[in-house]
Order: sequence, then structure tokens, then C-alpha cells
Amino acid sequence: MTGTVALAAQSQGFLSTSGVEIAFLLVGLVTFGAALVTVTTKQLVHAALWLVVALGGLAVEYLLLTAEFIAWVQVLIYVGSVVVLLLFGLMLTKAPIGRSPDADSGNRWPALGVAVAAAAALVWIVVDAFRTTWIDLDGAPQGTTKVSGEILFRHWVLPFEALSVLLLAALVGAVVLSRRKADAETAGSKAGGKR
Amino acid sequence: MHLVYPAVLAALLFCTGLYGVLARRNAILVLMSVELMLNAVNLNLVAFDVWLRDTLHAGQALTLFTIAIAAAEIGIGLAIVLLVYRNRGTADVDRLRDLREDAPGADTPAGDRERTAEAAA
Amino acid sequence: MTTTTTAALVPLLPFLGAVAGLLLGRRAPGFVRPLAVLPTLAAAVLAAVVAWRQGGGDPLDAATRLTPTGSVPIDLALHLDGFAVLVAVLVGVVATCVQLYSTAYLDEDPRYPSYAALVSLFTAAMLLVVYSGDLMVLLVGWEIMGICSYFLVGHYWETEAARSASLKAFLVTKLGDVPFLIGILALGADAGTFRINGILSAVGSGAIEHPTLIALLLLAGVAGKSAQFPLHTWLPDAMAGPTPVSALIHAATMVAAGVYFVARLLPLFTASAAALVVLAVMAAVTMVGSALAALAQDDIKRVLAYSTVGQLGYMTGALAVGDRDAAVFHLITHGAFKALLFLGAGVVIHAAGTNSLGAMARMGGLAKRIPDAYWTMTAGLLALAAIPPFSGFFSKEAVLGAAEHATGADAHGIPHAAGWTVLVAGLLTALLTAAYATRLWLRAFHGTGPQVADHGRQPAVMNGVLWLLFLPTLGLGLAAWKLPDWFDGRSLTPTLTTSVLGTGAALAGVLVMYAAWRRTAPLAARTPLGAVAADPDEAPYVSEEEAVATHVAAYGHIAGAHDPADPGRLLLGPLYRHAVAGFHLDAVYTALFVRPVRAAAGLVRFLDREVVDTYVRGAGSAPGLLGAAVRRAQTGNVQTYLSALLAGSVVLAVAAVLVATGA
Repeated sequence: MTGTVALAAQSQGFLSTSGVEIAFLLVGLVTFGAALVTVTTKQLVHAALWLVVALGGLAVEYLLLTAEFIAWVQVLIYVGSVVVLLLFGLMLTKAPIGRSPDADSGNRWPALGVAVAAAAALVWIVVDAFRTTWIDLDGAPQGTTKVSGEILFRHWVLPFEALSVLLLAALVGAVVLSRRKADAETAGSKAGGKR
Repeated sequence: MHLVYPAVLAALLFCTGLYGVLARRNAILVLMSVELMLNAVNLNLVAFDVWLRDTLHAGQALTLFTIAIAAAEIGIGLAIVLLVYRNRGTADVDRLRDLREDAPGADTPAGDRERTAEAAA
Repeated sequence: MTTTTTAALVPLLPFLGAVAGLLLGRRAPGFVRPLAVLPTLAAAVLAAVVAWRQGGGDPLDAATRLTPTGSVPIDLALHLDGFAVLVAVLVGVVATCVQLYSTAYLDEDPRYPSYAALVSLFTAAMLLVVYSGDLMVLLVGWEIMGICSYFLVGHYWETEAARSASLKAFLVTKLGDVPFLIGILALGADAGTFRINGILSAVGSGAIEHPTLIALLLLAGVAGKSAQFPLHTWLPDAMAGPTPVSALIHAATMVAAGVYFVARLLPLFTASAAALVVLAVMAAVTMVGSALAALAQDDIKRVLAYSTVGQLGYMTGALAVGDRDAAVFHLITHGAFKALLFLGAGVVIHAAGTNSLGAMARMGGLAKRIPDAYWTMTAGLLALAAIPPFSGFFSKEAVLGAAEHATGADAHGIPHAAGWTVLVAGLLTALLTAAYATRLWLRAFHGTGPQVADHGRQPAVMNGVLWLLFLPTLGLGLAAWKLPDWFDGRSLTPTLTTSVLGTGAALAGVLVMYAAWRRTAPLAARTPLGAVAADPDEAPYVSEEEAVATHVAAYGHIAGAHDPADPGRLLLGPLYRHAVAGFHLDAVYTALFVRPVRAAAGLVRFLDREVVDTYVRGAGSAPGLLGAAVRRAQTGNVQTYLSALLAGSVVLAVAAVLVATGA
């Protein structure tokens, strides 16, 4: 094991600093920071906006990992619609604008403990496992739209179709759940807007 | 690129989302945290797909599915939250405690809120 | 119809009558009386027919085996010899008399249907015992008799005395029945059969290995059923039952079953000298003790009950000297005159409105009020006291003659000690019996004081039954010359020595008691006593029920009364107090059995409530406490639950990783 590590370090260096890596690290820091702000901010609407930053940062990370189609889907679905939906939700539940002192529940400290413990365990395991592993980003890009499309509609067509049924079920479920007896159109238009 | 970078980022994002789910009071913020966790998983999938150079691109396909399922989840979740809000007048997770052990009248929502505020302060 | 079929019908008819009576009792009240009387009457007539056909000839045996029953076969067997057929006639006649008497005595009793059915069932069981040729079948009848007896003793179950008497009868007789059952099983195992004929031939060939042990075990059951010392204590208390029941079951028939059983198996007992000596001592103690106790009783029925115990002692005494002819002869005569005495006592109690002799001694003119009962009871008491020419004289002389014979040199196999014991005790008891019979007669019918209130004329059927029973009381003694043809052929006629001695003792008893009564009778006027239950318009049983219920309250003791006018008190002196209480045998039993059992029950209750239940309660409360602790965690907050869940997951995952990496 150590021999392999030494060999790999010789060929590429343990902390080789290519441009892609630096970019990945920086964007990753921004993403993580935005995520932290999202879960800690006292202003509910700001949380949604910081979520946009985090999800956008993730889209950049996808691009850096040569998965361009995923990146665009991420921007489209998450940033474009999910966050908008969440904002609608905040508004419909009459969430207060500005700082709300009780945004966190009484469960904060146990939650922090669990999260830190889980993070420590995961990071420790991941670092221990992939210390000597590199991704070869040279060569043909992995996630071009063409490749993704071919694979998706050739090998994964059946799960894809199943997924469409799931989405339909979710659609119907959302409609049924959220419509009022008095004005069914409002709920219907909201569920339709999600798609 | 070192595989540890995306893997560690994914782990950290996941735990951030975990903290959000456990600590946030508003149900919509809880849903946001769930989205963070899902995205952490997506990042892992993409990173390992690229590393393994999978000819079937299973990682990327699964990422797409996850995104779709996440969209469906957020739709249903929001619908439920709206329904709860409409029935209860609140979307706070820790006030939906009908299944607690003691009698419903013994622990009023107002008292609950005060207690939580003290704990938060 | 063959004799066998007729004999089979004899127990069957009352049984069917009992079943029909129980089934129809509520729906068709009009049929209850015919269903009670007619089957019993038919059984009596058929028993007489069987007796006439059998005629004292060779025993008739018939048996059918319904199904194989393992190593020792059980047969539905009939064994008709002179003893069986004559005792069956006695049972049938007395049962018929009692059923007739009950129709009037228990008139308007709401429980009369079940009462009559139980009496019929009892009659069937007794006839089964009498005719049975198989010990197992006999045992069935034996136990059914017991059940009927317990139920009928407790007929007035509203009164405390009747309830406890019923329970006592059950416990005491069961105390004897358990060894009895063991003895029968041991006998069957030794002889290889339960047929009485087979057992007797096995005894003859010496095949029974433990005759003494088996005989003593059987004697325990006999002592319980026939009320012999030391298991006799239930019989005086059983007088809390209705008078006709006392007459039928506790005087004439059931209590004689033990005597009859020993008579049937006498060769087994004579095979063991020890058993005979035990039997003789038992009989002697029973005779003398019960006669002394009878002298002190205040309740007229308890006097008669103790006299029954004593007369049964005569019968067992006759058996102890190996003479079953005399025993069964006395059984038959005693059955007749004791039934008469009891039924007469029922009339007296109704007319006087009390069962207390002390109260009757303070009433005038009771004899004129009920002349039928007066004359028939006088005859019955003369028979009891063995005054010639009444039947009791002949049968008692037969017993004394047998005992005297056993003391002689030519009695083979019979211990001389048994003969002397029975003879001396018999003569002493003859004196005492005459004394208490006189006391009963003088106190009941020759009281001085205000005239008895008129309770109306006694029902004709009751008086008729008394006169019917008067006939055998008077005339059955003549059978002494005829009966040996039916029995074993021993002479039953009185011998000069015992006649003179016995009659002399009896006359002495009468005279001493009369003298004592002359001295004490004037005291009666000075100490008022008594509580009279007067229900002139009610059925006779009401007076008796009230008398039984109020005796303790009115007189201070279930058996005695604080009556200085009692001649028995003068004669017994310091013994009187003990005789009233039956020589404290009940207290001895209480100390020996009741208290230890109660203490053991208390211990068991303590162990159960405090020790076992602690574990049980602990098994319940420990999960309860655990549940209470877990319940506190159920806050209803989903985030708390999820935190705990995920924390656990993290711990598990780390543990799994550590295990996988071998750390």
C-alpha cells in the first residue's frame, strides 16, 4: 500500500495543484459556506437565496468534473424551479420577512452534535479510503450532452419511463393534497407551475 | 484531480443538510436542508462516475433520476406543508406534537414556544 | 318375570322416579307427589315379591359384564340371599312410609320436588347397595347415598346449623370413605375380583394376604357411614335436616349400610382376630358413650340420633362376635322402630312447636293432643329399651346371646375378649338405653304446665304411617323363630341368662330414671324455659325449621339446655356437662385436624399473597416502570426522534467500520 502511494506521489504529487483543482477547491469552499449559511441564518428568505448559491456552486463543480449535462439540469431544475417553489412555499405559509429569532428549534445542540459526529466519521473514512486516488480528467469528457442522451435513452430508457410515472403520481398527489374544496383552481395552478 | 476533494465536499454538504434537518424549525427550511443532502449525494455520484469512467454512465443517469425524484419530493412536501399550515396555522415542525405521551392540554403550544425560545437563547 | 328381573327393577324404579321428579318437578307440580310415592311403593312391593320368591333358599346370583374394565373385572352383579332380600324389604317399606309422611310433612315446601327426588334417588342407591354382588357397584350406591345425605341434611340451608351440619357430614364421612376405597381396591387386587362371592371364596382359600390391614381400612369407611366411634360426630348434627330424612337416612337405612356391608363380608373380618377386637372395642365405646350422651341431650331428635348410634353399636358388636344373623336381625327391627320414633318425633315437634325436651317438660297435655303419636312412640320407646314383648327385646337378646356365646369355649375363631367386651358393654348400654328412653317419654309426654296450644289435627297420612310402622315394632320379634331359615341358621331366640340380665338392666334403668324424674320434675315450674314456634296454619316442617334455627339462641347450646329439671343432670352429675357436648370429641377434632389445617391454609395464603404474588406483581410492575421511563422520551417532537435515530446510526456505522478494519 505504501509502495503504491509513493509511486502515485511520484507520478502526480500528493498535492499537485492543477488549475482545475484550485478552482474546484475554491468553488467547493463557497458552496460549503453557502450551505452553512443556509442552515444557520435567521432570515428565512435569505436561507432560500443562499441555497441558490450553494446549488449554483454545485453546478459549477459538475462542470469542473466534465459533467456538463448534469450541470445544466442542476441549474434548470434546482435553481430554476425548486428554489422558486420553496420561496412560494415560504410566502404561502406567511413566513416572516427579516430576522426571526426562533428559526432554530430546541433541538439545535443535539443536532449539532450528531452532524459534527457524522461529518467527522464520514470525512475520516473518505479521506482514509481515497487518499491515493486521482480522477483522470484528461481524455474524452464523461458527461457531454450527447453521451448522456445516448446512454439515457439506450440503456436507461426503462427506468426513465418508470420515473415519468412517478412524476405523474407526484403531480396528482400534490394536486389532491393542496387543493381546497372552495377554490380547487389555485392548488391546480400551483402544482402545474412546479412542472 | 484528487478524488478526496469532491468526496469530502459531499460529506460536508451532507452533514450540513443533516444539521439543517435536525435543527431547523420551519418545515420549508427542513425541506431545503433535505435538498442539500440530496445534492451531496449527487456530487458523489458524478465524481465516482467520472473517476470510474463507467461506460454505462450509471452515476450520471442516477443523478438525473435523483434530481427528478427530488423535484417530485419537493412538490409533495410543499403540498403537505401547505395543508398542515392551513389546518394548524403553523408550519413549525416541533409544534406538531399530537403523538406525544402526555395529555394534549398539559403542554400548550404557547408554553412550548416559550420553552424553545429559552433553549434557543 | 324372573326373580332376577324383578330384583333389577327394584332399584331401577325409584331411580327413574327420581329422574322424572327432577325433570318434571317445576313444570308439572301435580305429578310430583305420585312420582315420589308410587315408584317407591312399587319397589317395596317388588322387593317383597323377590323376598317371597327367594324364600330363604339358596342365594341367587346374576351378573352381566357390560365392558372389559382392565385387570380386575367389574360386573353388574346381583346377589340375592336371605340378608339382601329382607333388608331390601325393610328399605322399601321405610322409604315408602317416609315418602308418604313427607307429602304431608313438607306440604307447600317450594323445594319439595327436589327433596322427593333426592329421597327417591337415595332409596334407589340403598337398594343397589343391598342387592349388589359386586363391590364396585356397591361403592357407587354407597357414594350416591352419601351425596343424597349431604343434600338432604342441608335441606333447610337458610339456617346456619343445617349448612354446617351438611358440611360436617361430608367431611367426616369422606374421612372414612378414603380408606374404605383403598381397602376395596386392595381387596380386589388380592382376590382378583370385585365380586363378593369371589372374594369370600378367596378368603376361604386363604388367598387374601393382608386380611387385617384390609379389614381395618374397610372398618374406617364403615365407622364413617354407620356413625361409629370415632367418626360418629356427624350424625347428631345431621338432625338439622328434616325429620323424615332423619328417619329414613340417618336412622333406618343409610347408617345401617355399614353394618350390612360388614355382614356381607363377615368371613373376611373373622379371618383377622385383630379386626374383630378393634370392631368390638369400637362397638363398646360407641354404645356406652352414645347412651351417656343421649341422657344429656335436650333436642328430642338428638336423643334419638345418639340412640341410633348406640343401636348401631349393638349391630357392630354382634358382628364383632361373628354373628351376622343377630346383627341383621337387629338392623331390621331397629330400622322399623327407629323410623317410627323419628316420624313420631316429627309430629311431636309440630304439635309442641319446639324440639326442646326442656320446653316440652313445661307443657301439659301434649299426650292428649296427639294420641296417635303418643301411643306409637310409647311402643317404639319400649322396643328401644328392649322391654318384652316388643321387637327390640328379641333382636337385642339375639345380640347379647351371640356375645355370651362368644365368651364360651365353643366359639372358634372369635376372640374371647371381643365377646366379653360386647357383652359387658351391651348390658351396661341396655340399662342406659332404658334410662334415656324413659327420660324422653316422661319429659316429652308428661310435662306439667300450661296446656299446649292447639296446632290443629295432625295430617291423617302422618298418623297412618305411624300406625303402619307400629305393627313391625310390636310384632317383628316373632320373626326370631323364623329368620334363621333365611339367614345362616344360628339361633336367634332369647336365652334365659341374657334375657333376665338384659331385661333386668332395662327395668333398673327405667326405675332409676323414674325416681330421678320424680325428684326433678317439680323444679320445672320454678325455672321458665323454652321458646315455642307456633305456626298452626303452616306445614309441619316450618315449626321444625324454626326450632332448628333458634335452638342455640334460645337455649344456649346446640345440644343442651340450662335446665335444672332435667333428670339426666341429676343422674350424670359432673359427667352431664361433657355428655351434652358429646364428650368434646368435636373439640378434639378441632384441635387435631381443623386448627392444623387452618394454620396450614393460613401459611399457604401467606405464601401465595406475600411471596408468590410479589413475584407476579414484580413481573407486572417492572415492565411498567420501564415503560414509564420510555414514555418520558415520547415527546412527540420528530426532530428529537430523528436525532436519536441518526446518532445511533453514526455509532453503528463507526462500530461497523472499526470491526471491518480490524481495529
